[in-house]
Amino acid sequence: MKAPIYVYISIMWIMIIAGGGLLFTIIAPLRIHGFGGYDEILDSAVKAGIAILLVILWVFIVSKIKNWIFHKQIQN
Amino acid sequence: MLDKTIAAVVISAIAFVTVYLLTPILIKTLEKRKLVVKDYNRVGGAVVPRPGGPSILAGIMASEIVLYALYSSAAILAIIITTFLAFLVGLADDRKVLGGWFKPLALAGSAIPIILLGIYAPGVYESHLAFPLFGHVRIPELYIALIIFMIPITGNTINSIDVLNGVASGFMTIASFALTISLFIVHNYDIAIASLPLGFVSLAFYKYHKFPSRIFPGDSGALTLGAMYGAIAIVGHVEIIAAVALLPAVINSFLFLSSVKRIIEHRQLKSNPVEHTEDSKLKATTHKDAPVTLVRLIVANRPMTEKEVGFTIFKLALFSAALAIITAFMMDVHI
Repeated sequence: MKAPIYVYISIMWIMIIAGGGLLFTIIAPLRIHGFGGYDEILDSAVKAGIAILLVILWVFIVSKIKNWIFHKQIQN
Repeated sequence: MLDKTIAAVVISAIAFVTVYLLTPILIKTLEKRKLVVKDYNRVGGAVVPRPGGPSILAGIMASEIVLYALYSSAAILAIIITTFLAFLVGLADDRKVLGGWFKPLALAGSAIPIILLGIYAPGVYESHLAFPLFGHVRIPELYIALIIFMIPITGNTINSIDVLNGVASGFMTIASFALTISLFIVHNYDIAIASLPLGFVSLAFYKYHKFPSRIFPGDSGALTLGAMYGAIAIVGHVEIIAAVALLPAVINSFLFLSSVKRIIEHRQLKSNPVEHTEDSKLKATTHKDAPVTLVRLIVANRPMTEKEVGFTIFKLALFSAALAIITAFMMDVHI
């Protein structure tokens, strides 16, 4: 029961790098204009909201992969 | 560069020697005061002194204060204060059993000095996350939230893996040296030097904590190590690398939380994730309501001795350490 743990660690590592890429691709170019003095606050709030949603999605996917890899052991 | 090399050698020696010499004295003091706990995995149920946090803290403080005296860096001060506050949180939990939510909230408070020092001394932390292959993402407001979350996460993650003789200190030795190497790879030499005491303190403590343990770190020891690791990750701008090096412990916490579905202490569990065979080996429990943990998965196929399980966790830590170092090399590569 060691190989699946190494597989899971490797998948999590790839997911961290891929998640970072997704965050970079979506958030980095994002700029909000047209709200005067509120531009910066809105920009930060929207970026924070997107980042939190992406993290929730990341945890959900990682959790599904965990159930799939450790299915037998968790059932037992 | 030569003076930095000398400083690195001196503080590493101070960290190692302080813990190496102080821990036996602490063991005797704790035994005299009857501050001992039962080692449930040991044949015959031996009692072991706890907590070893004071000697761990002494090693960290002695070495980091010398480093601060040499370089007067606000980042080193942030590491010192956060680590000390996390130690106090752990000590409070060692002395009195506190609720499951106390530690995360109190550890979040321990992170505040990093934010405050960042206001008065810009550069203590950067308001961006560095990702391998892609680059930096600037998230000023979200980064403050990340600092507040990071210390409770690293602190509790190390605390949650402190379930077998030598595992927390051995795991921390591997993860922190991987972090130090990574900091050198990303050319953050000052914080790389500041991170050296964490590895040497963990290594010196491992001598007494390894199977059969002569002392347990307790919450004060585990939270001190975990919080210092988190503080280094923040001031060293290597949050992602730090998370990768900690993956086996992160998986342990993730498995535990997703099976119990709330934040609780191990002592509040109705049934343990592992049981003992007649020859005192560890085997996976068959209880439906027992949490899923890393140790339970390791012994799922066959019962193993405590020492074997510990070495399996160290192999997983070495694998994650290698991934963390690869990640550090990938920081300079952009696609």
